[in-house]
Amino acid sequence: MKATGTKVIIETLIEQGCDTVFGYPGGAVLNIYDELYRNSDKIHHVISAHEQGAAHAADAYARVTGKAGVVIATSGPGATNLVTGIANAYLDSSPIVAITGNVALPLLGKDSFQEVDITGITMPITKHNYIVKDVNELADVIREAFKIAQSGRPGPVLIDVPKDVQTAVCDFENKKPEKMERICSVTEKQLEQVAKLISESERPYIYCGGGVVISQAGEEIEKLAAKIDSPIGFSMMGLSAVSADNPYWLGMTGMHGRYASTKANSEADLIIAAGVRFSDRATGNKSRYTQYAKVVHIDIDPAEIDKNISAYFGLIGDVKTVLTKLLAKLEKKTHTQWMDKIQQMRIQEGIQFVKDGVMHPKDIIEKVMEYTDENTIVATDVGQHQMWVAQYYRFKKPRTYLTSGGLGTMGFGMGAAIGGCFASGCKKTVLFTGDGSFGMNLNEMATAVSNNLPLVILIFNNGVLGMVRQWQNTFYDQRYSQTTLNRKTDFVKLAEAFGATGFRVMDIKMLKEALDTAFKTQGPVVIDCSISQDEKVLPMIPPGGSIDNIITR
Amino acid sequence: MKKGQFILSVLVANHAGVLTRISGLFSRRNFNIDSLNVAVTEDPLFSRMTIIARGDEAVQEQITKQLDKLHDVKKIELLTPEKTVLREHLLLKIKVTKKTRGEIVESVNIFRGRVVDFNLDSLTVEVTGESDKLDAFIKFVSQFGILEMCRAGALAVKRGAMADDSDK
Repeated sequence: MKATGTKVIIETLIEQGCDTVFGYPGGAVLNIYDELYRNSDKIHHVISAHEQGAAHAADAYARVTGKAGVVIATSGPGATNLVTGIANAYLDSSPIVAITGNVALPLLGKDSFQEVDITGITMPITKHNYIVKDVNELADVIREAFKIAQSGRPGPVLIDVPKDVQTAVCDFENKKPEKMERICSVTEKQLEQVAKLISESERPYIYCGGGVVISQAGEEIEKLAAKIDSPIGFSMMGLSAVSADNPYWLGMTGMHGRYASTKANSEADLIIAAGVRFSDRATGNKSRYTQYAKVVHIDIDPAEIDKNISAYFGLIGDVKTVLTKLLAKLEKKTHTQWMDKIQQMRIQEGIQFVKDGVMHPKDIIEKVMEYTDENTIVATDVGQHQMWVAQYYRFKKPRTYLTSGGLGTMGFGMGAAIGGCFASGCKKTVLFTGDGSFGMNLNEMATAVSNNLPLVILIFNNGVLGMVRQWQNTFYDQRYSQTTLNRKTDFVKLAEAFGATGFRVMDIKMLKEALDTAFKTQGPVVIDCSISQDEKVLPMIPPGGSIDNIITR
Repeated sequence: MKKGQFILSVLVANHAGVLTRISGLFSRRNFNIDSLNVAVTEDPLFSRMTIIARGDEAVQEQITKQLDKLHDVKKIELLTPEKTVLREHLLLKIKVTKKTRGEIVESVNIFRGRVVDFNLDSLTVEVTGESDKLDAFIKFVSQFGILEMCRAGALAVKRGAMADDSDK
């Protein structure tokens, strides 16, 4: 059939299984929005308050569903507003397809109204990007974009479509989407060598990253832990991969990791790392990190092997496939001494934790857990509250935890909660945020209210930029430069002004009452939780440090 | 070849923006690039880039792997200097006088170069060869005064009959 460029875009999106898109209309995408209007029964478009929110929503949608999230924005500022969202998706390997309009071909390069070179701008933060100058190539470009975004190590892809390409006419036929295959280039010999290494290990430690979530390999990780009697630690991105109820679970390792997890990580003689990239936040001092340990690194991205930590063995492939093959080669092992030691570390961790009389962030998180279930999507922003959630929230199922790992994007939370909520079928979704982070993209409250989304938004309000303040306290002699906000924002009134419900709570009793209402309310609810401005995220390992420098109180 | 240098022969898709992608990757990942040469191959769908980069083995491995992740990169070959024919091209405009002309032309001949433009007060010559040879030539003629220099990055092909088995 004959189709215009915009028709090709919508038809191909539908063909790729896309039923929800996030975005914001504008001059250069008028035609796309006209086509969306005609196809509103097939594709649900969610308009955000700002393109950044839409990009985060698409990212979160992808993280929850495992399918590519789609975001549409107009040329110029619409496109540049996506940039943080795209970079965020890139750093956390989240598959999004961003479609931007651009000025018509004859106007390209003339500094035309709302023209930017968005392919140039996003080159270093996308897996690949395109500017489509011929309508005949459009359909296959979109198909390829989905394939690139979702295959191998996922990531964002951007397609820039000039306005006259959107209106141009071409032949179009639907095609079936390509099936994604699990890649694995691991040989039998490698597997045997790794199996031998594992069998010789006395203190193994399984280190589980975001790749395990993406590959849905939580079950294999649990089998591995049980078979070789090994604790499981996590990078922040890997946290939800295995249920916190698993007896081998130690929680997050690294700069703000749980004590036992970080300690075990540093004392292990073998680190079996799956789907991680050894971020500086996770390893600290790299030579100390591997002082006692050999590293077996399993990852689908060959470039990750030996990038940050040199691996004794690198197994390249889809984590689930590699682990399945590896499990077949392994014999049952027990490490009584090591597991006893781990138990001691856990006890130590429990003793270290001290809290004062006021409402501690841990109390808030634990109270919220009484209301949520294992399927509840939990989003965070970035900062202290994010670390507390990573430390104390007990995730049970993969793809329920939305957080900005690599880029550390303050303002990620609102868009993410919205995208995650839509992806969950508009189930109750929780956002933990801080007064700083919430301030960055609180405009998306409008989106949440317009869509009557059941969001429970908990603001950990300490009146300061807590994480930066913590560093100023620890490393800058308490010179609190520009981190004491003490803004007069009334978050209850703010919630009400947006058409939502708001509560301010000073203690756990008040929090309980607010949560009782919040979890019965249909639309978004903001709970402004007052916490101490001097509360620190502990333990903490100074940047570039190791377990030897851990600060526990 | 200078210390730490290595040669990459990269087959890439021949369309707009590819050069930016490749050079952008080098700067973004903090890799050093000494020279880069690109032109279309016998098949107009592909271009070949010859890149001289610098770094230790780990850097070399990272560069190769990161390049390999780019969608437009079709094939990467790390060429070993001993098994590679490497050529650079130099165009040099040299100041001449009646007195120096003879000596300059003689040196061009020794270096198996050619005079490509001849004027009263200047000579433009071309010299082809490996990097060291061109360096030596430049060093020698610099005493006469170099007016303008233009030097292309290296081109490289593997020695022997084995054709490039690119996975087009």
